[in-house]
Amino acid sequence: MQDEPTPIELIKAVADFLRNEITPAIKGHNAFKLRVGINALDLVTRQLALASGGDAAEHARLKQLLAADGSLIELNRALSDKIAKGEVDLATPGLSEHLWQTTMDKLAVDQPNYASYKRELGDK
Amino acid sequence: MIQRPMIEQQLGRCVASWYLGATGVTGAAKLSGGASQETWTFDIVHPDGPVGAILRRAPPGYGASPGRAAGLDAEATLMQLAHDAGLPSPRVMHVLEPEDELGTGFIMQRIEGETIARKILRDEEFAKARPLLARQLGRVIAGIHGLPAEKLPKLREMTSTKEIADLEREYRSFGWPRPVFELALRWLRERDPGPSKEVTLVHGDFRHGNLIIGADGLRAVLDWELAHFGDPMEDLGWICVNSWRFGEIDKPVGGFGAREDLFAGYEETGRKCDPDRVMFWEVMGTLRWGIMCCGMMQRFRQGPDHSMERAMIGRRSSETEIDLLRLLAPRA
Repeated sequence: MQDEPTPIELIKAVADFLRNEITPAIKGHNAFKLRVGINALDLVTRQLALASGGDAAEHARLKQLLAADGSLIELNRALSDKIAKGEVDLATPGLSEHLWQTTMDKLAVDQPNYASYKRELGDK
Repeated sequence: MIQRPMIEQQLGRCVASWYLGATGVTGAAKLSGGASQETWTFDIVHPDGPVGAILRRAPPGYGASPGRAAGLDAEATLMQLAHDAGLPSPRVMHVLEPEDELGTGFIMQRIEGETIARKILRDEEFAKARPLLARQLGRVIAGIHGLPAEKLPKLREMTSTKEIADLEREYRSFGWPRPVFELALRWLRERDPGPSKEVTLVHGDFRHGNLIIGADGLRAVLDWELAHFGDPMEDLGWICVNSWRFGEIDKPVGGFGAREDLFAGYEETGRKCDPDRVMFWEVMGTLRWGIMCCGMMQRFRQGPDHSMERAMIGRRSSETEIDLLRLLAPRA
């Protein structure tokens, strides 16, 4: 067992330092790169906080949808293959809901400020 | 730091050979550039006052244009044709020759204005231009599609069928399953309208970043690298892709206007729009940008450019997945 603080706490502390203390002191192209770097750290903290729950739910949905077992990537490959062959499509019960939920969970980590995501969260 | 005076000397010699009265160049600065293509800005020194210019070139040793690129000679020809036809396009001042020792490419007039979407969509300076832009863009796209065929350079010819196959091949090369992309590929294959009855010049990358905009509207169309012959509706679909709306998702045309205005502008000159085909190309374009984002991730991993920006663009492919779902499987 590793000791505390947790990775989320450590990364968040670094990101907050860069955001609050370093950003005001940096100009030009490096200011842009710094913003990208802070965004990357924020993304990682969101992934550490959210991914295990999202992945577990996705895994459960895939097992039910495909009536098969396997790792998350194996089941995603199997689903991709079935969609490509036309064996499942948007008329298949559960497919649309699965793709929507999986995509919403990805956006919650990748780009929670993306306008389409915010719209879909509000209109649910 | 050594490079700057060096390129100013080279440019100075080059400019003096075709610009009467020019005595040199100053202020050369690289605006963008990968390994094979660079863009420089500089001022030509002249007794009548400085003249703003842009160099677009493949440096010596990088002659061939990769993959889909039209090639810099073709780009120069297209920009000059657009300029001659009265479209917003910089005048091409000089096409590089071997004796210039600057590589291949061309020098064009520098046009002042803004290319950054967030500024164009938010800043007060552009408030008057925004409501007019969708219609103006439609007119300009129609002008591009109507450039005189007999004067056009040799370019690749594309169809929707070939584009779907290209996207699928690239997506499969990543070896990473994406059910939403599979759904989009299937949707496109099932609805592929086939070869267009009318084949025209297509700009191929008509979107924010490649459009110089001022308080008065569109001032220049840049970057003809992806120009080709194909379905004219492709350009209209690409400018409507949600990725170019920068948050203004209810204004499909670049975040500033309605499709109806784009189409009305396009049809002013007698050309016809096919809204279903435009929507097909919007779906294709959304998938295309998503696959391009995945490609950035690949290059981040494999290439010499180990940049955070590339890596983070890889994490934008999910944006196109939600946009594809909004297009193909909208929730009630």
